Amino acid sequence: MSQYTFTSKSRYTTFGLMAIGVLALAYGAINHDISGTRFWANILLEGLFFTFIALGASFFMALQYVAQAGWSVVVKRMYEALTTFLPFGLLAIFAVVIASAIGGHANSADIVYKWMQSDATDIAKKVPGVFDEMLVKKHLYLNVPFVIIRTIICASLWVYWVRLLRKRSIESDLTGDFLPLHYKNVKTAGLFIIFFGITEQLMAWDWVMAIDVDWHSTLFGWYLFDDMWLTGVIATILLTLHVRRRGLLKEVNENHMHNLGLWMFSLSVLWGYLWFFQFMFYWYTNIPDEVVYFQARIDHYRLPFWIMFCINLLVPLIVLMTRDTKRNPRYLILIGCIIMVTHWIDAYVWVMPGTLGLTPKFGFYEIGILLGFIGLFLYVVLSNLAKVPVSVKNHPYLEESLHHHL
Amino acid sequence: MHQDSIIREPLLLGKKTYHQVTEDIARPVEGKANKYWWALFFLAVIAWLWGIGCMAYTVGRGIGTWNLNRTINWGWDITNFVWWIGIGHAGTLISAVLCLFRQRWRLTINRSAEAMTIFAVMCAAIFPVLHMGRPWLAYFVFPLPNQFGSLWANFNSPLLWDVFAISTYFSVSIVFWYLGLIPDFAMIRDRAKTKSRKILYTLFSFGWSGRAKDWQRFEEVTIVLAGICTPLVFSVHSIVSSDFATGVVRGWHSTVYPPYFVAGAIFSGMAMVLTLVIIGRKVLDLEEYITIQHIETMNKVMLTMGSVVGIAYFAEFFQAWYSGDPNESFIYLSWNNAKGVYGWAFWALIICNNLLPQVLWHKKIRRNLYITFILSIVINIGMWFERFDIIVTDLYRDYIPSTWTYYSPSWVEVGIFVGTIGMFFTFFLLFARWFPFIAQAELKTTLKATGDLFHNPPRQPKSTDFVADHGTHAAVENVH
Repeated sequence: MSQYTFTSKSRYTTFGLMAIGVLALAYGAINHDISGTRFWANILLEGLFFTFIALGASFFMALQYVAQAGWSVVVKRMYEALTTFLPFGLLAIFAVVIASAIGGHANSADIVYKWMQSDATDIAKKVPGVFDEMLVKKHLYLNVPFVIIRTIICASLWVYWVRLLRKRSIESDLTGDFLPLHYKNVKTAGLFIIFFGITEQLMAWDWVMAIDVDWHSTLFGWYLFDDMWLTGVIATILLTLHVRRRGLLKEVNENHMHNLGLWMFSLSVLWGYLWFFQFMFYWYTNIPDEVVYFQARIDHYRLPFWIMFCINLLVPLIVLMTRDTKRNPRYLILIGCIIMVTHWIDAYVWVMPGTLGLTPKFGFYEIGILLGFIGLFLYVVLSNLAKVPVSVKNHPYLEESLHHHL
Repeated sequence: MHQDSIIREPLLLGKKTYHQVTEDIARPVEGKANKYWWALFFLAVIAWLWGIGCMAYTVGRGIGTWNLNRTINWGWDITNFVWWIGIGHAGTLISAVLCLFRQRWRLTINRSAEAMTIFAVMCAAIFPVLHMGRPWLAYFVFPLPNQFGSLWANFNSPLLWDVFAISTYFSVSIVFWYLGLIPDFAMIRDRAKTKSRKILYTLFSFGWSGRAKDWQRFEEVTIVLAGICTPLVFSVHSIVSSDFATGVVRGWHSTVYPPYFVAGAIFSGMAMVLTLVIIGRKVLDLEEYITIQHIETMNKVMLTMGSVVGIAYFAEFFQAWYSGDPNESFIYLSWNNAKGVYGWAFWALIICNNLLPQVLWHKKIRRNLYITFILSIVINIGMWFERFDIIVTDLYRDYIPSTWTYYSPSWVEVGIFVGTIGMFFTFFLLFARWFPFIAQAELKTTLKATGDLFHNPPRQPKSTDFVADHGTHAAVENVH
């Protein structure tokens, strides 16, 4: 038996979480303090956070093919299941872009992407405080139709390739002649990685960096890239351990967990490295139009900003350094959950100062939307996981993975 | 127990036994050098001596012998420094990072790659020391007590961070390299026929006895040193990039510099490893150890790193425009530079680093030794131009147009660079004759997993189409 069952108890739990999310949405829509920017900023925040998990898992899946990695085959179904959330998360982000575009067209300032406000680039009116000359210079790239077209092209191609990779992977269990499918996937994975490598930068700039539109950093795309990769790996670890607790996936042993833990460790340290240098160069030179981004965060979002950095770097660095912790499910779950929470705080710090201004807001609405997205994410991932056997039957590297030893 | 996939190619060809490995690797050390070796060696020594002459001239006459000027105050010197430091990185990546990730293919190339690292860092260190103008005062870079002078080292300066980063890197790399050499020296000691050889390699091998306790300590220290080396792969070039990125010169002040420099360093270092091992495997008759598959894997690493660098160029180019800052539109990656007097340097960078390496997407080319060899040299030229462009073409259009200027190196600057190349190859050629070129002791630990004599199960691809497509047999034929 290698079939995961999405029990009715867990299903009702996810329904309950989603219901809270819907309630929060309704509450936000009728409450005048929330209904504008705050309403959409939180959807963007959750959309980014959960899409990034799915994108990280997608990239990780493609990477295993092109790198000829053997060890990961036994946990293949886990990260494949995580990728199924991709279209839902992308839709949430797309909704925010569209809502901002509509609001901006009506010249409202109460939108997530402030640059979309029509007066911001209106040379004829030049409304003081709203008109931004820098935006006029960027108009060739940052204009509403182009952003929407870019988003649609990138999102649909990502989803297309990722679904294709998963589909072929599942198909290869049903046929004896699985090698051609594997080689097709190697090619598709390569294509996906090339396309993703470039477009991920664009989307990082469009979706996140453009929130603080006058600020820019050449590192930003890489920083988000590492964030995706890391949260995707952590989600894979947590899902694997959950499935194993159900008595399935007996072939996954501490050696595979060690390898996954190795990824969690190294990507966390890489995250700290990227974060530090991006911060340090702007802090060191103290140029006004660059440092303003960090000033807003340090002065007004001090607690989440520093807590997030210290925990995200130090906790995995210290705890996961040794071999034993990477092989121990308890440590992996503990550290994995901590990093997930603090990465959510990181995402909060990306989105909120540029949208809601300098006063951090956190209340029922934020919690409700977060719970709603958790419910949706778990529902999509677990119900897709339950559709196919969790143990892999046919794969050219299966024997290597079963005998994996570190 | 380890199990290899049916589609995994063997990493060690020619049905090697343990004894055969010993014989093959000891042969170049125990035999006599041929005339090609001597020819190359003399060429390298002459280049080195020429470089020493130019260095002496610089020290004697002063930095004025270089063509630096007040606008372009860093030129070939720092370009060469960054280039050499970058080349070193691939060695550490192969020996440390791939060790932590348990990559077996590293085992036949790690020794020579690490040797390359050490010699490259030595070449690099020459440039900042010479650039001081008064190298006899070089100790001022260390934080010495104030009795030695009026000022302590400036801890705010990335140039000082460089001193720590590079000296740490050099010392850890040399220890790591030497540690791996100890059992191999012992192997040569035990086979030595002459007395002088016996004494020499007894000294080198630190009394290695080959007992289980020795091996256990060896393994433990190896993994610890690999762990220490891994952050160094990142830290060294990140700190070198801080020399630029903490500055306020437009073009230099860019946050992507640390990861981009590290990727570029691995890119050029891997190219240099390829240049060296493609010759080395032929001359030393090690083609069954450093197989076409090794070359292909290194080409893949090179392609990946080249793409990372390419995306970073794209980000630099795009954000220079996106910033809306008129100054930014004159950075090294901008249309103004492409059209300007240094346009040739801009296009040399783009062609060598971005366009030509794209052929590596093709599997046949990745497995072609001639193209790979040419490409590895092209990439190193491209990476040299990257540093030249960053330094010179970010400086030559200063903020005041009256200071705009041009720079080309003097014969002394060129001579010093040629000298470091000579020094590098002198050391490398000596290394190839005196030291075991492949880490045979470590290689033997994986012989049963990756050698084709012990392979279990015997490799028999399931469908014939797959063989035609993916050339397992072609690879074997290529090698023989």
